[in-house]
Amino acid sequence: MGKTLSEKVWDEHVVRSAEGEPDLLYIDLHLLHEVTSPQAFDGLRIAGRQVRRPDLTLATEDHNVPTLDWDKPIADPVSKTQVDTLRKNAAEFGVRLHPLGDIEQGIVHVVGPQLGLTQPGMTIVCGDSHTSTHGAFGAIAFGIGTSEVEHVLATQTLMQAKPKTMAVTVNGELADGVTAKDLILYLIAQTGTGGGQGYIVEYRGDAISKLSMEGRMTICNMSIEWGAKAGLIAPDQTTFDYIEGKPEAPKGADWDAAVAHWKTLVTDADATFDKEIVIDAADVTPFVTWGTNPGQGVPLGANVPSPEDFSDPSDKLACEKALEYMGLEAGQPMRSVKVDTVFVGSCTNGRIEDLRLAAEIIKGHKVAEGTRLLVVPGSVRVRNQAMEEGLDKVFVEAGAEWRGAGCSMCLGMNPDTLAPQERSASTSNRNFEGRQGKGGRTHLVSIPVAAATAVKGTLASPADLV
Amino acid sequence: MEKFTSHTGTALPLRRSNVDTDQIIPAVYLKRVTRTGFEDGLFAAWRNDPEFVANKPEYQGVSVLVAGPDFGTGSSREHAVWALMDYGFKVVLSSRFADIFRGNSGKAGLLAAQVEQDVIDQLWQLVEADPTTQVTVDLDAREVRAGDLVAPIDVDDYTRYRLLNGLDDIGITLGNEADITTYEAKRPSWKPVTLHA
Repeated sequence: MGKTLSEKVWDEHVVRSAEGEPDLLYIDLHLLHEVTSPQAFDGLRIAGRQVRRPDLTLATEDHNVPTLDWDKPIADPVSKTQVDTLRKNAAEFGVRLHPLGDIEQGIVHVVGPQLGLTQPGMTIVCGDSHTSTHGAFGAIAFGIGTSEVEHVLATQTLMQAKPKTMAVTVNGELADGVTAKDLILYLIAQTGTGGGQGYIVEYRGDAISKLSMEGRMTICNMSIEWGAKAGLIAPDQTTFDYIEGKPEAPKGADWDAAVAHWKTLVTDADATFDKEIVIDAADVTPFVTWGTNPGQGVPLGANVPSPEDFSDPSDKLACEKALEYMGLEAGQPMRSVKVDTVFVGSCTNGRIEDLRLAAEIIKGHKVAEGTRLLVVPGSVRVRNQAMEEGLDKVFVEAGAEWRGAGCSMCLGMNPDTLAPQERSASTSNRNFEGRQGKGGRTHLVSIPVAAATAVKGTLASPADLV
Repeated sequence: MEKFTSHTGTALPLRRSNVDTDQIIPAVYLKRVTRTGFEDGLFAAWRNDPEFVANKPEYQGVSVLVAGPDFGTGSSREHAVWALMDYGFKVVLSSRFADIFRGNSGKAGLLAAQVEQDVIDQLWQLVEADPTTQVTVDLDAREVRAGDLVAPIDVDDYTRYRLLNGLDDIGITLGNEADITTYEAKRPSWKPVTLHA
C-alpha cells in the first residue's frame, strides 16, 4: 500500500525504531529564540554536553524585541536579560544567531523560509508552537517544549510516537477577497481547538494548490490552533520557485538532485488517511473570531452567538465566559463591533504578500478616528522589501504606525500590548484571554478585514469601503 | 528526574474547558532564564479574583488539578508545566490534553493523566462537596481513586515507563548514539546547513 506525504517524510527520518518505544527521529533544522532556549542551554552546561550539530541550528531574537527604538538597548531589564542570555549561549555553543539590528533578524518562522533553510521533506522543530508554519513546504515541522529543545541540541534527534494522518481537502476556489486566513479560521470553527489532536494534517485540493507560499504558510501556521501535531502541503512548482535562488537553497547539481527528490514527496494514489475532512471553498467567506479561542469564530456578516446556540454544556459555559470577557452582547452584528487597535503582522500574516495586500486596500484611505493601526513586518528583510516598494509610505500616509520586525502585539511579551479592555482586530493567531496584554480583547481576522477595519473603525471587509 | 509511582493529595476543581497555556502562565512571566520560580505566574489573570477557585482557603495545599477538556492548548511553553509544578501540582487530570502540553509534562515529571469526562464530573462533585477529599493517582495500577470512585487513567506506555523509573530522555538517546552517527552518514549532501566553512 502507498504512503501519505507525511509518512514518507517521517520514515525518511527514523534513526531507530523499536517495539513499544517512540521512534527516534532525526531533525534537519532546529530553530531557536530567546524565550524557550535558556533553560535548555543551562541543562547542557550542567551535564557537560555540547550542541551536536550547530550547523543544523539557527537562532534569532523575536518574542521580546521592541519594534521601536530597536537600535537602543532593550529598556525592559528582564527582556534584555533573556536576549543577552541567548547571545551568550549562541557564542558559547557556536550557534549562528541573527540578533536585533541584523539584516536577517525577524520572527523565526519568517526567517527560516526567507533564507531558503526551510525545504521540502525536512524535519524542523523549534520551541514554539507555530513551527507548523514550515509545513507549507512539505516539511514535518512542529513545536516542542524546552526539555525537547535540550534533547535536540544534545542529540539532533527527538523521541516521537508516530502521529495518525489526516487529510483536509479543500475543493473549488476561494472567492475574491477570501484568503487563506479565512479558510483556516473557518476550518477551526468547524473542528474546535482539539479537532486535530494526535494528527499530522495534509492540506490538499484545488483551493490549496492555488495558494501562494505565503497563503500556505498562513494555513499551516494555524494547524496548532486546532490541536494538530503538524500541518503540511505537498511541494509543487510554486514551492520550488519560491525556494530557488534563496541564500541557503541548493545550487547547481545539488538543486537538481533536491528537486528530483522533492517531486517524490506526494501522497500516493493508493495511500489512505486515518481521517478525512472535505471542505468546499465556496462556503468560506471573510471570517472573524468573537470569543477567546480560535475556534470561536463566525462569518463577518453574522451576529455574535448566544450561549443558547450551544447544546454542549461546556461550550455553553465557554460562550458565556467569552462574551463577558470580550464585552460583547449575544446577537450583536459582528460588523457593529468597534475596534481600538488593528495589528497587521505576526508569523501568521507578517510576510511581504500580506503587507502588499494591506497597502492595496488602505491606499487612498485614512485610519479611522479613535483607531490605531500597527503594521509590523515579520522580518527586517520583509521591512526593507516593503520600503523598496513604497508600502511604508502608504501606511504612514493613512495614519498607521510603521514598525520594526518582531513578534510584537501577537503576544504580550514586548512593549506592544493592549491595555485592559482595549479591543483589537489582529492578523495574528491567538485570541486567548490576555494574549495581547492583560484584559485585552482580540478578534482574529484576515489581512483584508484588518485593513478595512482600520479604515472603518468597526469590523469590516474591503467591500464596506466603497 | 524523580520517580513517580503513585501520588495522593487534595485536589483543585477547575471547571473550565480550553485552558490554554496563556491562561496557565501569561507570556509576561516567561522572561526568567532559570528553571524555577514560575509559581507566581500560574493562572495569573484569574488569581486577582478572590472568587477564583484556587484562591479559596479550602483549596490551599492542593497537588492534583482536575481540569476541563482541552487542557494546555496553544503555545509550546514548558513554563506552563514548570508553573504547575512550582505551585505544588504533581498530577493534572483532564478528558483531553493538547499534545505539546502532554509531551512537556512527561519530560518534566508532571503526570498528565487522561480520564473520561464523567470521571472528571464525579471528581469535581466529590471535591466540591468535601475539599479535604484525598485523591490518589496510581500510575503503577493505572487508576485514580477518590472516595468510592475508582476509574482508569490513560497514560501512554512509554511515558509511564519513564516516569515509573525516573529516566532521562537524553541519557537514553545517547545510549543509541551509534545509530545517530550511522544515520548522519547517509544524509543527502544537498540538505541545508546554517554554518559554512
